[in-house]
Amino acid sequence: MENLNIGQHISRRYNEELEDIRNRVLAMGGLVEQQLKDAMTALEKRDASLAAKVVDRDCEVNAMEVAIDEECNRVLARRQPAASDLRLVVAVIKTITDLERIGDEAERIARMVTRLVGEEHSTRLFTQIRNLGQHVCSMMHGALDAFAHLDTDKAVEVWSEDRLVDEEYESLMRELMTYMMEDPRSIPTILQAMFAARAMERIGDRAGNICEYVIYLVKGKDVRHTRVDKPA
Amino acid sequence: MLDLNHDMATTMENEQTPGAGDEDICLEVRGLNLYYDDTQALENISLPIPRKQVTAFIGPSGCGKSTLLRCFNRMNDLVDSARIEGSILLDGEDIYAPGVQVAQLRQRVGMVFQKPNPFPKSIYENVAYGLRLQGVKSRRVLDEVVEKALRGAALWDEVKDRLHENALGMSGGQQQRLVIARAIAVEPEVLLLDEPASALDPISTLKIEELIDELKERYTIVIVTHNMQQAARVSDQTAFMYMGKLIERGPTDTIFTNPREKMTEDYITGRYG
Repeated sequence: MENLNIGQHISRRYNEELEDIRNRVLAMGGLVEQQLKDAMTALEKRDASLAAKVVDRDCEVNAMEVAIDEECNRVLARRQPAASDLRLVVAVIKTITDLERIGDEAERIARMVTRLVGEEHSTRLFTQIRNLGQHVCSMMHGALDAFAHLDTDKAVEVWSEDRLVDEEYESLMRELMTYMMEDPRSIPTILQAMFAARAMERIGDRAGNICEYVIYLVKGKDVRHTRVDKPA
Repeated sequence: MLDLNHDMATTMENEQTPGAGDEDICLEVRGLNLYYDDTQALENISLPIPRKQVTAFIGPSGCGKSTLLRCFNRMNDLVDSARIEGSILLDGEDIYAPGVQVAQLRQRVGMVFQKPNPFPKSIYENVAYGLRLQGVKSRRVLDEVVEKALRGAALWDEVKDRLHENALGMSGGQQQRLVIARAIAVEPEVLLLDEPASALDPISTLKIEELIDELKERYTIVIVTHNMQQAARVSDQTAFMYMGKLIERGPTDTIFTNPREKMTEDYITGRYG
């Protein structure tokens, strides 16, 4: 069933409830994306105060997750949604879990920035992981776009990106290990960078998850744990 | 790149015809048309009813689901203006073939209606009624069958001490279970349930639903219901009908999570069709 009209229920209230849930997810997605972008900017510019702001705002993300969850529970209990409505509620419950985790990862990156500012070697390290960061930012943006427009082509495209992010992450790990071997004094700093890179790689995974939920929502097909071939 | 559309098509095919070849079919409707005078009430219906499963018919009022249900034990014969084309096979034999004894057919295909309709007799006599019609006189046989049927309808413990009281003194939910006991006393193959719980309170409704779940181990059950959640809860297969046509049928899980037809989707999600 590709016909996903949230409206058109005989009950106008029901339309409003589902529309409200969807809008709140988009708002939460917007906030999480901003958090991620700010964390990346803080990393790039070594801006400790921006990083601190990201850490502070994480509780807003958490509160949104709880509120949307409650609204979904209410709709499940009161409306007993079926078919595409059911898939919407289920997809939303899963999506916000991943969004909240992406928020946590952004917070983790921000905390790393506050620790690394002023350390030696950090300039070179920041550049190394910036590309990975930009890549996952664009995945995250694409996943939210796919969700907003219920666009499965976009979802598949973003989903396929995750493998590239994984490869990028692997090669970055190898590079960071070389640095550590070259200069053992830099190990504490590089470990921080590794944690940040790990956080970014996880964000890529979670953006991929959101794309899977979009496919499930629109097509009714569960594509989790299936392989996507690399685009030719 | 993953081809979602192609993939979907194959999945759909598989889901819509679950093990078509190896499924044990009890009743099979083939190209059924039904007319009341000039009005066509059923239009070219074809569907299999798998044995020992619960098949639910859903659809808006007047879509023909009760009419179709009544075809399974030829209740429409009682309507003078009704005319039928096509066939319905019970265990491979056409129930509309000439020479079919309707009384015998109804023994094999029992029916329970929306409103409980016990006879104004004792609980015992209600259940024993079908057997007495068949000429069974032995008290021992009757006692056995009455107990078995009442147990089968999950009513025995509630009524065993007042079997000879008038059935009309029972609650609505008990009466409905009594009617089911009366239907299964003659050991039918198929049970037709026409809105069996719509006149009952929620707890009695749950008891009937629980009973349906138990009964399907022995009988093929076809249920008509307006309550979609009920169809979702009790049935294995769901068929959606609209304006005399069968729009979609499939496993209940598929119909309620990912129906193929937009009309089905609109109906079960409560949208304007």
